[in-house]
Amino acid sequence: MISCLIKGGRVIDPARQLDQVADIWIDQGRIKAVEPNLSPPEAPQALDAQGLWVLPGLIDMHVHLREPGQEHKEDLQSGLTAAVAGGFTTVLAMPNTSPPLDSAPLITGLLARAQEIAGARLCLAATMTRGRQGKELSEYQDLRAAGAKAVTDDGSWVADSQVMRRILDYAQVFGLLPLSHAQDPILAAGGAIIEGRMSARLGLPGIPAQAEEIAIFRDLALVELTGQPLHICHVSTQQGVGLIRAARAKGLPVSAETAPHYLFLTEEAVGEYNSAAKMNPPLGTKADREALREALKDGTISVIATDHAPHSILDKEVEFIDAAFGITGLETSLPLALELAREIDLPIPRLVELMSRNPARLLGLPGGSLAPGGPADITIVDPELEFIYEAKKGFSKGLNTPFEGRKFRGRAVLTLVGGEIRYRWPNLTRQSQACL
Amino acid sequence: MFSENLTWPKDLIDLRGLSVAHLMAILDAAESFREVSEREIKKVPTLRGKLVVLFFHENSTRTRLSFEVAAKRLSADTLSLSSSGSSMAKGETLLDTAKNIEAMAPDALVIRHSAAGAASFLGQRLRCPVLNAGDGAHAHPTQARLDLFSIRRPKGRIEGLKVAIIGDIAHSRVARSNLIGLGTLGARVAVAGPPSMLVRSLSEEYGVEVYHRPEPALEGADVIIMLRIQLERQSGQLFPGAREYARVYGLSQAKLALAQPDALVLHPGPVNQGVEMTPEVYHSPQSLILDQVTNGVAVRMALLYLLVDNPERPKSLVV
Ligand SMILES: [Zn+2]
Repeated sequence: MISCLIKGGRVIDPARQLDQVADIWIDQGRIKAVEPNLSPPEAPQALDAQGLWVLPGLIDMHVHLREPGQEHKEDLQSGLTAAVAGGFTTVLAMPNTSPPLDSAPLITGLLARAQEIAGARLCLAATMTRGRQGKELSEYQDLRAAGAKAVTDDGSWVADSQVMRRILDYAQVFGLLPLSHAQDPILAAGGAIIEGRMSARLGLPGIPAQAEEIAIFRDLALVELTGQPLHICHVSTQQGVGLIRAARAKGLPVSAETAPHYLFLTEEAVGEYNSAAKMNPPLGTKADREALREALKDGTISVIATDHAPHSILDKEVEFIDAAFGITGLETSLPLALELAREIDLPIPRLVELMSRNPARLLGLPGGSLAPGGPADITIVDPELEFIYEAKKGFSKGLNTPFEGRKFRGRAVLTLVGGEIRYRWPNLTRQSQACL
Repeated sequence: MFSENLTWPKDLIDLRGLSVAHLMAILDAAESFREVSEREIKKVPTLRGKLVVLFFHENSTRTRLSFEVAAKRLSADTLSLSSSGSSMAKGETLLDTAKNIEAMAPDALVIRHSAAGAASFLGQRLRCPVLNAGDGAHAHPTQARLDLFSIRRPKGRIEGLKVAIIGDIAHSRVARSNLIGLGTLGARVAVAGPPSMLVRSLSEEYGVEVYHRPEPALEGADVIIMLRIQLERQSGQLFPGAREYARVYGLSQAKLALAQPDALVLHPGPVNQGVEMTPEVYHSPQSLILDQVTNGVAVRMALLYLLVDNPERPKSLVV
């Protein structure tokens, strides 16, 4: 598609305080103009977006695509396709692959492979430390030059405070944002779900909420010491939210994300040992869920990211204690976020900040806005489309979701990456058919 | 024969969700089967031609023998699978095992497993009734039922009794199942143990009194259930050592005197004599520990009978 016009949609671009019916003119993969009633001289192909929302392409800054090493769970092809189907035009993949992404050739190789896939754009986080061992720093200059956008040992916390201090000091020199999987590994060791009523009922070893609190507290103390930025991944507890809120009030350069499942589910979702509700950090209590919702409203948490963690049946259809942590999220994140927005009266521009603009800013990515001159990464949402989610009909290899069979209202119906249609909802309603 | 008008679930995974009527019906049925155990010919034809598979992924000679005797006295055929003797040792998953067991078309599966939730995992995937013979720290419903049975026989009731449960509650499936069963039947339960052996949320989740020393739990108790300590695994971690444990939490004659004069002493066995209780207490007339073994067979006969002949049993294959 060389040149194209998206006509008559509700264009929502908080970066430019835009929320109005307008047309978007796309030319050579970039946004050329955003204005009401555009009539470009070249008379390009038009997409009718009446009744639809036109958003800057969504960005998921926490996904596990499992390549290299665990391609039976997911690979770039399936993961990046699932991403565009969920409305994401860019994802940040975590480096806890095997081998872990701790050297430039691995980064270069994956980025090159992603170029051949007609899915979302791939961004990569490299490991903070060599081999994710938490001991020696990775070569940040090299990794940055190869294209890494962030550093993290996600899946593990860097427990050595001296090492973490050096990471914070050093990463910012190369413009790499450090992401912390904040959980004290010794206090959490052996745990399967949150320590509380469910663990008491099911006889499962618990992970106390304090495992997250302790780690976040230490991380924030080091941010204060170094003055350097840090992003806290998948915040899941009331205590974590409280610490981050206080740190931000002090002016510390800390940002945080949470995942859709923490905003909807509690420990009760584990029910009778349902391993599709087992993830790390574990689901908390109602109080945790309410605190996280509040934190989205007041800006303490500025990003919604999925922590998309696909697993095969071999990893999940086993004894609960042995089941792998993690659930998929790419294809349920936006529908859940839309449900949340309705439930807690979150304005849609705010949702766009949480899922597009803020991750773009944190990672220094070109997207996150529909400003002319920028890449034509665009997510078109039908806010009224109702569907029942079935993981098997999706694109991820992982079927491990606690949201199987959930009835949703609203989803991405068209996802454009660099002006190219990378996803189109197959059962387009009469209204959306004009898009073709 | 018993309680025709009660609906039974397909599986017995734990005691949660069973009503007073269900629990009483089980105890009444066990009473009849206990009478069978006292006859000269101890076998009844109730389950002739039925196959009961005993799948013991974790060693437990007592519980396995108890189920085996129960099944044989009901004239059922039994088949024992253990983890070392079956393909489990060769890396077969629980799901494969479920499918293989299903292929034998058993009429009941008895499972003991080290992982909490394993019984419910199989129950959700097998057509036949699944009887939980202990899954991790989750539940051991047949042990709890035989405890209830052993208490009700001499006491004539459960309601209103004060029951003290002392020891490692956190890792005890027996304790969890007893908390539910005793709670449902209206006993007043007090648990005591070192804080490292109690779980948070215990009183919230089970509505019991929680103490860190045994004395307040023992005071005026009608029944005392002492739990087994895993000396090899826990010493030094959850408590400093056997000597200190025995002094603070072990049941001595002096501590027993805090309870009612006719208080009963139970223990799921095997007892570490000198640790959980002194040999004097173990061998005292108040101790029901050997009685529990006899009652175990009767209770398990009752459960096999109630579940295998359950008309509510679904007929479709789930796996
Ligand atoms: Zn993580």
